[in-house]
Amino acid sequence: MSARVTAAVAVRVLTQLRHDHRTMAMLLLLPALLVSLLWWMFEDVDTGAFDRVGPALLAIFPFTVMFLVTSVTTLRERTSGTLERLLVLPTARLDLLGGYAAAFGLVAVVQSLVTVLVSTTLLGLEITGPVAMLVLVAVVDGLLGTALGLFVSAFARSEFQAVQFMPAVVIPQLLLCGLFVPRDALPPVLETVSDVLPLSYAVDAMLTLSTSTGTGEVWRDLAVVAGFVAGALVLGAATLRRRTA
Amino acid sequence: MAEVTGLVVRRGGRTVLAGLDARLGHGVTGLLGPSGSGKTTLMRALVGSQVVSSGSVSVLGHPAGSPAVRGRVGYATQAAGVYDDLTVAQNLAFFARVLRAGAAEVDRVLEVVDLHEQRGQVVARLSGGQRGRVGLALALLGRPELLVLDEPTVGLDPVLRARLWTRFHELAEAGAAVLVSSHVMDEAERCDRLLLVREGRLVADGTPAGLRERTGAGTIEEAFVALVHQEQP
Repeated sequence: MSARVTAAVAVRVLTQLRHDHRTMAMLLLLPALLVSLLWWMFEDVDTGAFDRVGPALLAIFPFTVMFLVTSVTTLRERTSGTLERLLVLPTARLDLLGGYAAAFGLVAVVQSLVTVLVSTTLLGLEITGPVAMLVLVAVVDGLLGTALGLFVSAFARSEFQAVQFMPAVVIPQLLLCGLFVPRDALPPVLETVSDVLPLSYAVDAMLTLSTSTGTGEVWRDLAVVAGFVAGALVLGAATLRRRTA
Repeated sequence: MAEVTGLVVRRGGRTVLAGLDARLGHGVTGLLGPSGSGKTTLMRALVGSQVVSSGSVSVLGHPAGSPAVRGRVGYATQAAGVYDDLTVAQNLAFFARVLRAGAAEVDRVLEVVDLHEQRGQVVARLSGGQRGRVGLALALLGRPELLVLDEPTVGLDPVLRARLWTRFHELAEAGAAVLVSSHVMDEAERCDRLLLVREGRLVADGTPAGLRERTGAGTIEEAFVALVHQEQP
């Protein structure tokens, strides 16, 4: 492992994003705009609903957005020949993944700060627990999206396929994370499935933070999500082959 | 500098390299053959990015692609392998950082490929030939001992092509072994030595003059045809 290579990769990924103003703007502002839309939807009907659904969305956005951005970026790296070039140089595969995780982690920090601040100040989202913790959960969740995106990009041959992994990987987690039906009210089989999906733990952590000041359970959920991140990164590293057919 | 012994590569049930033997020394070696003859596959085997069915490939005294040779072999692919959304200078700066090469090295390679004026431009806005030269510049970073260049002169204007061949010889004089592939036979005369490949096998190995003499042919193209006929009448 080399901190120099990790830093070089992170700087490079952020420079690429900086050249792409539209993607940058969407990354940073779109989640806040969507949360605002949700707030507006419920404003005249059920003001309590926003407080119940809002925290779950704070977990879902960074995950979904980072999953998409990372899977497309790494797929490009695989198909453009730059990955082949990098892997014949003195680089460890974890350096590359670490660089990606650092760059997108930083984007997740800014994105989550914007979304959380807009939600809690402008939209009046009630959060009982510490707001800093909310941001932390959102960032780890963004990293989960990055790690899964890296892994999944190995199975896509084109950007079309990579984008199709979004409904395949993200939407089942979204349906079963407790947003639509509380997890303990799901049919037993689905509840078990929900128990092994990482997004469920991120949403649980957000919901706990919105209703209580105790952080013990949140740390436990966060540890589960972090475990999934580590696991997906190791699997992702295994898909970066120095030699290909 | 490099030695390939009994190299077999199969891809999707098709044999791409069928037990190829070759030795690579100093100077500029041309790897010539029609497209689909296995040139790129052989080059990828030399840089260590090709899955190999059997045989051995050693580079600078070590197995190809092993940690001991990473960074000592420069590789330019046909697809360029550059970040289209970064500027020329940003592309070079990134790979220079990975290789621990300094800013002076970036200036040097830009000079070699004549891209000084384009350094601030985003790669996507460059012409195809300029984009290819960015890939070539990346391969030159850190003064590698073995340079593997896959069709580096395709699509370039004749003046630039001649200039690049002069550069390849300068690099070879400075001590690097340079392997250049081409499917254009008229580039053969510019090489110190030639490896002719066809259908995954080495057809001939020698100097351009030696190959013409051996076959009594006037050009390398004719020599190539004669050699193929000798092998399979």
